[in-house]
Amino acid sequence: MADGEQRAANRSPNGSTALPRTGFNAERIGSDQEGRLPWPEAPTLSEVFASNARDGGATGFLLAQVARGKPLLWVQERMAMLEAGRIYPPGLGGVELIHVDARDARAALWAMEEGLRCSALGAVIGEIWGDPKALDFTATRRLAVAAERYGVAACLIRLGGHANLSGARMRWRIASAPSAKHPLDAKAPGAAAWDAELFRARGFAPGRWSIACDAHGQGIQVSHEKSADRRHLVAAAGDRALVEGERRVG
Amino acid sequence: MPRLAIERWLKASGASDDADETWRVALVVEAAHGQLVHAATRAARVRRGTRLTDARALDPGLQAVTADVAGDADLLGRLARWASRWSPLVEIDGEDGLRMDVSGVAHLFGGEAGLVCDIEARFARLGLTCRVALAATTGAAWGLARFSTGPSLSFPSPLAGEGDSAIAERGERVRRSPPPHPPTRGERLESKERDLSDLLAPLPVTALRLPPGPTRTLELLGLKTIGQLAGVPRRSLARRFREADNPLDALDRMLGRKAEPLTAAPCEAPPRATIRLAEPVADPSAARQALGLLVPKLVEQLAARRLGVRRLILCGYRVDGEVAMAVAATALPTREAKHLRRLLVDKTDELDPGFGFDAFLLEASWCESLGAAQESLVEEPRGERAVAELVDRLTVKLGADKVRRPVARGSHLPERASGWVGVEDFLPTLRAMAVNPSRPQRLLDHPEAIGVIYATPEGLPRRFTWRRGVHDISRVEGPERIAPEWWRERASARLRDYYRVEDASGRRFWIYREGVIGDGRGGAPEWYLHGLFG
Repeated sequence: MADGEQRAANRSPNGSTALPRTGFNAERIGSDQEGRLPWPEAPTLSEVFASNARDGGATGFLLAQVARGKPLLWVQERMAMLEAGRIYPPGLGGVELIHVDARDARAALWAMEEGLRCSALGAVIGEIWGDPKALDFTATRRLAVAAERYGVAACLIRLGGHANLSGARMRWRIASAPSAKHPLDAKAPGAAAWDAELFRARGFAPGRWSIACDAHGQGIQVSHEKSADRRHLVAAAGDRALVEGERRVG
Repeated sequence: MPRLAIERWLKASGASDDADETWRVALVVEAAHGQLVHAATRAARVRRGTRLTDARALDPGLQAVTADVAGDADLLGRLARWASRWSPLVEIDGEDGLRMDVSGVAHLFGGEAGLVCDIEARFARLGLTCRVALAATTGAAWGLARFSTGPSLSFPSPLAGEGDSAIAERGERVRRSPPPHPPTRGERLESKERDLSDLLAPLPVTALRLPPGPTRTLELLGLKTIGQLAGVPRRSLARRFREADNPLDALDRMLGRKAEPLTAAPCEAPPRATIRLAEPVADPSAARQALGLLVPKLVEQLAARRLGVRRLILCGYRVDGEVAMAVAATALPTREAKHLRRLLVDKTDELDPGFGFDAFLLEASWCESLGAAQESLVEEPRGERAVAELVDRLTVKLGADKVRRPVARGSHLPERASGWVGVEDFLPTLRAMAVNPSRPQRLLDHPEAIGVIYATPEGLPRRFTWRRGVHDISRVEGPERIAPEWWRERASARLRDYYRVEDASGRRFWIYREGVIGDGRGGAPEWYLHGLFG
């Protein structure tokens, strides 16, 4: 299929910029097009830096990308759990989950690599705190090679770490952004939104995107951020008429 | 082994010969009316059960040391495990005895005489005095081991005409207790010829294993030995003793006229494979080699019985009376040799050989039925199976409580609503939990106290400080009130009002106020941060 046809197929009928939740194995999408996130063709290793260690945004961003249907191996290092909390299954949105509580980065990396060799898994997610010695170029390269060889997507969430040398094919920096309007309550936080920066990637141009979950949590909407604030390009979430009605009443 | 406690103490304190006059030591336990002697060295010449004050009156130089009863029980437990090298059915009997069912086992050790020699020799090597008796009934073995002053071992002739065949078949049992002098082989063989009742006749009535009451009555009646008791007409005995623990029944049990049910239910032994080494091997790689030999043997048995392993134990029997164990559990029943070997092979290096292993045992202690499985037509294993094997490997390396799957629990409290289960409780298929959009993606294990500015008493929070960072709240939703679980918690537990808050930079948190002002369960309510939204 030609590249242009693929793009057309991804665009939903009403022309909005909603993307289906295609998961880590999303089809290749032009990075400079508005409404598309660059995502590698084949499963590989991505690295996601939380802009702030006490920001859960990176988790939400990843969960919006994860393919459902296959079990997910989620490896958390001890320090990452102490600092940013343990993942909480009722909030994860129906993923089959195997959780690994790793003593240190070395154990976490070993568990991730072991998980990548099991092609029955949907994805392997690892969370590492800081810049441990074990997490060097060789370790990340091993993960990337294992992910590509066995066809299991891997993602490394880095909390409070620096973007040192790494073998990851895509490196993101994610921060939470003010959420969309809540359809029923103007004061309440609405659907999640993130600012994503792709600062290094193989085969894609770096860039910044504003991403928002739609109100039903069914897909994500993406706008490429060319100027400082283009968030208005994000399609409105939820049922607008009801909000206005409420306002009139209030 | 009635000298177990004192021998353990002597070994720990480095004494070699307890008959030496310098070691006048008694181990004492606390009792209702002062301290009682629990065990004593030979030099102390004190009997068990004597009051310490009485013993001190006779020998003022007697040292008293508090007995470590729990430690003795622990040692006995370890010895019981170690004794499973002779028979799979080993029971701890009281605080100083072991009981083994050795039916059909003796021939593996060169007959009954060989078995008893082996047991005695190995216990002697551990420095423990033991006394072995092997008899056709439990009661007889118990009595002979503890009260016989003669040879250490008795082999009564088969119970022809004395008991029904079921009892005779049920089992010989071995008991140990202290030998006053090491018996010679000649004595043992001679004892084999004697009749069981003849052997038992000189034993005191205490050997009947009766409660103190009936025993005392018998002694008052002048019936001091079992022989004298056996001479009394049955009818008069039955008339005199009507309680449940009566001497007649005890005598019948001892002589095999009456069945004595086994304490350990006769169950089908789990699949196990053993290997015995000609001499102790202290090389750490021995366990790995043994595993390689044992796994195919075990898998063969599993396949024949159509079982799959859930828990696998590798035991290395050490010459010094210890058992080194490595345990691995599996998420799905399996009998794949390669996988089983891989699970345990890393753990074999951790087995401490000490002075050397002389036997290895691989046991599938928990099995589930596993029929013949359809092999996949393509090379790739089935997804479920592959995930289960991954979980097994992770668990073996990281620990049983480190690799877990979420499970929903019936509770409204967030930390209780979602539990985690380890590999042993994995269901055949993983199941995704129901989604609750009002719950955060990350939850702190322990809620952290935060300072919050809010409109008292029950207004919305405006600003909070968490870990030295100030967050201005721009949007807030709540409260979601969660009442304490009064059936589980203390009466002063306070309710929680949860708020979903978003700060100016868009980070979203889950915070709660514990209690309200005036609920009578403490002062001003505290605020906590419990979760982070993604």
